[in-house]
Amino acid sequence: MTALLAEIGYQSNWVEILGAPFMRNAFIGGALVALAGGMIGYFVVVRGGEFAAHALGHIGFPGATGAVLLGLSPTLGLGVFCVAGALVIGALGHRAREQAVATGTVLAFATGLGILFASMATRNTSTVTSVLFGNLLAVSSDQIVVFAVVAVVIAAVLVVVARPLTLASVSPEVAAAKGVPVRALGTCFLVLMALATTVAVQVVGTLLLFALLVTPPAAALRFSARPVVVCGLGTLFGLVSVVLGLVVSVVFNLPPSFFIVTVSTLIWATSLVSTRERHRSTANVSE
Amino acid sequence: MPDPSVGSPVPGDRVAGDPADEPAVRLQGVSVAYGGRTIWSHGDLEIPSGGLVCIIGPNGSGKTSLLHLLLGMIPPASGTVEVLGAPARRGDARIGYVPQRFGDSVGDAITGRDLVRLGHTGSRWGLRRDRQVTAEVDAALDAVGGREFASRRLATLSGGQQQRIAVAQALVGSPEMLVLDEPLANLDLRNQRDVVDLLVGLREQRHVTMLVVVHDLNPFLPHLSGIVYLLDGHPHYGAVSDVVDGDLLTHLYGTSIQVVRTATGDLYTRART
Ligand SMILES: Nc1ncnc2c1ncn2[C@@H]1O[C@H](COP(=O)(O)OP(=O)(O)O)[C@@H](O)[C@H]1O
Ligand SMILES: [Mg+2]
Repeated sequence: MTALLAEIGYQSNWVEILGAPFMRNAFIGGALVALAGGMIGYFVVVRGGEFAAHALGHIGFPGATGAVLLGLSPTLGLGVFCVAGALVIGALGHRAREQAVATGTVLAFATGLGILFASMATRNTSTVTSVLFGNLLAVSSDQIVVFAVVAVVIAAVLVVVARPLTLASVSPEVAAAKGVPVRALGTCFLVLMALATTVAVQVVGTLLLFALLVTPPAAALRFSARPVVVCGLGTLFGLVSVVLGLVVSVVFNLPPSFFIVTVSTLIWATSLVSTRERHRSTANVSE
Repeated sequence: MPDPSVGSPVPGDRVAGDPADEPAVRLQGVSVAYGGRTIWSHGDLEIPSGGLVCIIGPNGSGKTSLLHLLLGMIPPASGTVEVLGAPARRGDARIGYVPQRFGDSVGDAITGRDLVRLGHTGSRWGLRRDRQVTAEVDAALDAVGGREFASRRLATLSGGQQQRIAVAQALVGSPEMLVLDEPLANLDLRNQRDVVDLLVGLREQRHVTMLVVVHDLNPFLPHLSGIVYLLDGHPHYGAVSDVVDGDLLTHLYGTSIQVVRTATGDLYTRART
């Protein structure tokens, strides 16, 4: 039994490891990212942010590896590329989403560029791996400061724009008639999304971004259609994914990203199953 | 253009400040164009305030564009647009708007009640709590008979219920004018009649001016004060008796239409067989 556990990486000193300083950083960093993602969660699912999450993750990749090539911080490179990408997507509006081939080509090119930068910077591929798959266990105190700033910026902007952004998201037509700057708010949302992406990439990586930015609020939306509830519940789902994922990853000495994504997926699957009756019965009542 | 319901448009005839005399809408030399393509032109008309007016015209003739013009969502390519005595502008709280296919665009990520609330708070920055808003939302929901189903997601409501929520959303803030874009589309006959009754009742209680884009005039015919029709690339306003004319409607829709007057004096139109 013990041999089997050791085989799959079980660490008997996991309680000890959980108390180590780098673990504290991982928990705080992960929690801040769950919060940053959760706050914009309602808007992500209502506005079709799946596309933005996908696109921004790809766009951020060459930013991070390019920054390393220049000897700069990958966080900075990620942030600059993600925000610039958000502005471009915002300027293109619906067209970016509609032109699937053009968008896909640009994103593939961005990924290729990222790999090129990474190979030029160093022979080893640790940067590439950590940007693609995240590296929560290596989160530094400096990064935590960045995460906290991002969370505060997102909260502050949302306090101002939440209501018009909600109206612009559910009925852009009515919002436009009321004088709400629908396009500008759309771009504003994308920039918030870019900030959340910048920090989330450092936790789960560009490839698994979806599981932290889209899956938790999508699960929350199954339980409630109230914006505040969706954001709160989505944050909670994100938090549970990060914390539980971290603990399990330490117990088995496997990458946290895998377990974070697993927990997030399980929560989502549970939300689908547990609300299936409710969604079906309301659909019937209306007929 | 025959327009007996509007008095002489000589400015001196008008009593300044008398709201009854101020037309709800005044177009002068207005044209609408998108990227150089003119949709309609020579828009010269006045719609008196306080009435129930239908806007008719074939698909793509520019009915929605006319509403967008009145709401200030698009600028006129030429001419001037006045609404309730002032140049049309976005964000005029005196106008409530129910867009085309409202329910479809909204989806299931919001409840009816929250949507109605956004009719009030959706153009305000910040998160101030306001107890008065809740009272107004309740009043608007009561006005459309929507209290029971308002807490459900919009997409789970029937077409008629969604339309009621849409109207309630436009009603909060007590507008002086309501514009509705095809509120009867995709409704079965019974729901169509219910929505017409609702709108007619609201107009009478609240003395709002109501502009309604429709495909079929019949459900509204007994209640109309006038009709705007888009014909051959120009908008016109006319009295019901002038517009509800077989030859005109036939020309308008490009299919033969007959106007029938019943023994009780009611008018209705039908496709000639
Ligand atoms: N934003 C727009 N840009 C370009 N063309 C438009 C736009 N909105 C409407 N149109 C065009 O203007 C014409 C009138 O449209 P619309 O006002 O929606 O007509 P209706 O409501 O009578 O069906 C249509 O040919 C439509 O394609
Ligand atoms: Mg239309």
